[in-house]
Amino acid sequence: MSFLDFSHVTKTYPGVKALSDVSFGVDKGAVHGLMGENGAGKSTLIKILSGDQHADQGEIRIDGRVQAYTSTRDAFDNGVIVIHQELQLVPELTVAENLSLGRFPANAGIIAGRRMLDDVGAKLKSAGIDIDMRRKVKTLSIGERQMVEIAKAVMLDARVIALDEPTSSLSSRESEILFSLINRLRGEGKVIIYVSHRLDEVFRLCDSLTVLRDGKLAAHHASLKGVTRDQVVAEMVGREISDIWGFRARKIGDVRLKVDALSGPKLQTPASFEARAGEIVGFFGLIGAGRSELMRLVYGADPRSGGTITVDGKLVRATDPRGTIRAGIVLCSEDRKHDGIIQGRSVEENINISSRRHHTRFGVLNRASEIATAETFIKKLKVRTPSRKQDIINLSGGNQQKVILGRWLSEQGVRVLIVDEPTRGIDVGAKSEIYELLYQLAQDGMAIVVVSSELPEVMGICDRILVMCGGRVSAELTRDQFAERAILAAALPDQKTPDAIAS
Amino acid sequence: MTDQLKKILLGEQGLVVIFVVAFALVSALVPNFLTDRNMLGLLQSVVTVGIVACTMMFCLAARDFDLSVGSIVAFAGMVAVMASNYTGSILLGLLAAIACGAFVGFINGVVIAKFRINALITTLATMQIVRGFALIASDGRAVGIHSPDFYQLALSKLLGIPTPVWVLAILFCIFGFVLNRTVFGKNTLAIGGNPEASRLAGVNVDRTRICIFALQGVVCGIAGILLASRITSGQPNAAVGLELSVISACVLGGVSLAGGRATMSGVIVGVLIMGIAENAMNLLNIPAFYQYIVRGVILLLAVLLDNLRSSALGRR
Ligand SMILES: Nc1ncnc2c1ncn2[C@@H]1O[C@H](COP(=O)(O)OP(=O)(O)OP(=O)(O)O)[C@@H](O)[C@H]1O
Ligand SMILES: [Mg+2]
Repeated sequence: MSFLDFSHVTKTYPGVKALSDVSFGVDKGAVHGLMGENGAGKSTLIKILSGDQHADQGEIRIDGRVQAYTSTRDAFDNGVIVIHQELQLVPELTVAENLSLGRFPANAGIIAGRRMLDDVGAKLKSAGIDIDMRRKVKTLSIGERQMVEIAKAVMLDARVIALDEPTSSLSSRESEILFSLINRLRGEGKVIIYVSHRLDEVFRLCDSLTVLRDGKLAAHHASLKGVTRDQVVAEMVGREISDIWGFRARKIGDVRLKVDALSGPKLQTPASFEARAGEIVGFFGLIGAGRSELMRLVYGADPRSGGTITVDGKLVRATDPRGTIRAGIVLCSEDRKHDGIIQGRSVEENINISSRRHHTRFGVLNRASEIATAETFIKKLKVRTPSRKQDIINLSGGNQQKVILGRWLSEQGVRVLIVDEPTRGIDVGAKSEIYELLYQLAQDGMAIVVVSSELPEVMGICDRILVMCGGRVSAELTRDQFAERAILAAALPDQKTPDAIAS
Repeated sequence: MTDQLKKILLGEQGLVVIFVVAFALVSALVPNFLTDRNMLGLLQSVVTVGIVACTMMFCLAARDFDLSVGSIVAFAGMVAVMASNYTGSILLGLLAAIACGAFVGFINGVVIAKFRINALITTLATMQIVRGFALIASDGRAVGIHSPDFYQLALSKLLGIPTPVWVLAILFCIFGFVLNRTVFGKNTLAIGGNPEASRLAGVNVDRTRICIFALQGVVCGIAGILLASRITSGQPNAAVGLELSVISACVLGGVSLAGGRATMSGVIVGVLIMGIAENAMNLLNIPAFYQYIVRGVILLLAVLLDNLRSSALGRR
């Protein structure tokens, strides 16, 4: 018997069998990978482990003892700490307060602020996490928030730590910090469950691996020796994928999007760039490099203080998303939970919210076309949902992402498509299908801007890469100039050498 | 509770099932309940709440709130009576009432959407301001209706059913359609679900919210006219506490105060349940003081049921 044992875990949601009869074990001092397509049941398993959801059947044992928690607090007290796919921090509180939540050092009910800062500061320092503790969480970027979540796990004395796609919003540098943290925790004899869609990471970090497919155990590798990536991919998606990028050269046309000296409150140095018809332009950089801020300015999501945007030579005057969408620019933003999904509403409505205006008459919906659009994109993007009427909040993270992509892919008359971390949390199989869609759209003349923190992704699918660093564009490379070291060097602030992270 | 029963009660149509059961029980147990006369009386008694609930549903669905409805209803009633007395034209009176309602609603909307003042505070303020206007205009007294034709609005019948009930039914149909079948309705629900995501998806959030409040004003105007006609005068103190009954009915009908969730059928059922409870208590001669308690308990139970249903569906 292993230290942590899942035995016959089964969970059904209305219309979905999320897990059926899953059993496997993980030893102490091991990092155990958990992989599978979107909707395979990974997060559900983690939620059961954390006491957030209850298994219909089966049980979880730690150190031989059956864990029957009734709440997350229970699991917490039993040394199980989970970092969920969707982050759970209180935006209005500071980093230090978030990290001490539930355990504030206090004298007679009055928070000892100094002591809290000292405690948290010491822990963060020893973990090598560099974030200002006094900042409110709402002012942090999504990657920085992720680091705070991870710091939470380090601060508590956990026996079992589960991380659900922790690197999906981290750039390479933060990922490195995370990996060294995980290695340290492994050395201390903890059990770590690591959910990820990134094969590189899993092979680098994990000692053992479980693959889920459709809620069932598809494979269990007690050791990763001799296991190949292709084999794992095949176990996950049930077929071979040789080249996930599948890059195809396209004919590149005239300048479609021209951004000239654009600046705003969050982006002080004016930035300029262009994207041509048929071109896929990548934006790479570290977290906080200003890529998302720049794209939000282009889209009119944030007010701009200077500069101009032209599409096909025509000046875009609109300063709000509504206007820019009509001018042919759309943005699929990075923060899915806050800026993307509309909770409580169905998959169908989430897809149609913008593109429906092409089918309405006097403000009255065209039901038939809405249903058709929804069905088309559910099929095209392989969204796993019992029906188009399912509340989007009940979909798995990757499937939510696909729905949001569907929202923008279903728009008509788009000339410039900006996608910010488009494949965050999306499985390998679906990724290659999304790339394929992007190539097709580019082929049809769209200019596509891809913001990504995943270097292999930008190098794999883009015709040109712009690197941002500290709020300005620090390098521009065409496909024949692509080189990992050069891109990383441009992404790093001056004082650091690329060798520090290029491994 | 057996699984079967649980499934029915917590399903999408749970409220309708409960309504049917409650209706059957009350019909069987309360004498004189299931008579034509009483049924029409019941329907007439829910007209004001029902009409205003139509747009309150939109307000709540968009994560907003409107406390000023009671005052607007009273004010619009006053305006209708005074304007038609003054001009001698009922039509002008009605138009003036609706315009006044729309104006107050529009101001609410602009302050809330454009100046980003909390809806609770804004409408708490307008609620008092508008009530004040109603009292000033009438010097605190009821204003009698001159033209007997005005009474006919409430008294007249079509196919044996009073006009106000027809108006209610038509508004139910219109707003049910608007909620489910128009961009405006869907945008309202989307704003309630996630305002920032809606804005980024190109929804004109500010304009939609202003429209909701303006519509609320129009509908309060209509309710005010019918109420004035029924009580045969413009009463500055009419419809006090209406906002609470209306919000209760909406919540009973499954409208989520967190926004994003609302159905017309739910609201209709909510309005009827409130009406039936009151009607049955009156028939049973239960003193008014106890009625408050019963109403409160029904509301609490409904919210509890809604909560159970949400967690059964796995929402959080
Ligand atoms: N609350 C819920 N209600 C209904 N269905 C749900 C709920 N939560 C999850 N599901 C369904 O259960 C299945 C498994 O979901 P889960 O979140 O575990 O997938 P996942 O493997 O984590 O996927 P991803 O890689 O996209 O994060 C999915 O089909 C999802 O739609
Ligand atoms: Mg997941």
